[in-house]
Amino acid sequence: MAKVIIYPPTSMILFDLVDRMGHKALSFPEAVRKLATSDEIESPPLNVTPEEPKKGLRYAAVDVPSGVRGRMALIGPLIEEAEAAILVEDPGWLTGCAGCSRTNELVSLLIRTKGIPVLELRYPKDDSEAREFVRKIKAFLEGLK
Amino acid sequence: MRITKYVITSPLSAILPSDIAMLIYGSKHKDVFVKETCSGVMINGEAEVIDALVRDIRAMDPTGIFIKDRGFPPGDPRRCRGRRGGGARPGFYMIESESKMLPMISRALAETGEAGPEAVEEVIEKKPLKIKRLEEIVKEELS
Repeated sequence: MAKVIIYPPTSMILFDLVDRMGHKALSFPEAVRKLATSDEIESPPLNVTPEEPKKGLRYAAVDVPSGVRGRMALIGPLIEEAEAAILVEDPGWLTGCAGCSRTNELVSLLIRTKGIPVLELRYPKDDSEAREFVRKIKAFLEGLK
Repeated sequence: MRITKYVITSPLSAILPSDIAMLIYGSKHKDVFVKETCSGVMINGEAEVIDALVRDIRAMDPTGIFIKDRGFPPGDPRRCRGRRGGGARPGFYMIESESKMLPMISRALAETGEAGPEAVEEVIEKKPLKIKRLEEIVKEELS
């Protein structure tokens, strides 16, 4: 069982496919859970302490927007833990009220330059693309076993 | 450690969120919190219990049920829209966007054999009726 980081890190489809094919998907909710459900809430409501920005500084400089460093404090350790990655190209709806384009670019760069097996895909638009999407993920994950 | 999973049903699936909730209520696991939502259910419990339940839930419809991790517990005031003055919670838009692709992914899973041959038949049976065929049926019935 390999640890596979998925991008977008909150993707339901990718999490499910990796999980049902017997691997561990490294996703954003797992990192959020550690903070949100910790027994000792040091800094309510989300338990973000001064330690988090420090973790973020390992991936982004101090002059980079604080939102990037905050997000990297959660995603960065997942990238370090990853043994493989599935990257889906931004379909245009990953940036919005809760998304950050700069973080997306940085995450995708760090994954690509880490030297782990990476599968790059696009979200399917029709049935034939969906079949290809699932086949490629299946073949990639089988190759990791 | 208690974890939360989001169980989302594909529009093609004949399984309702209430079916999933009933499966959990009828299981041997008692310390599981279930909350129905518009797109599926959220389940919260000890990690090993939830992992076992995930296998049972997925077996209800291997190509039509999708499961993802969730950071916040169900009804958490930091995310629950009832406590935040309404509006969709952050994260809903991702689920909404990906939900539109689920019928395609369900068919692809069935056709690639990832969910077993029985699932292929099930998904093929559930294909929407074409307009022409519907017109033929109407003519046959009314003639």
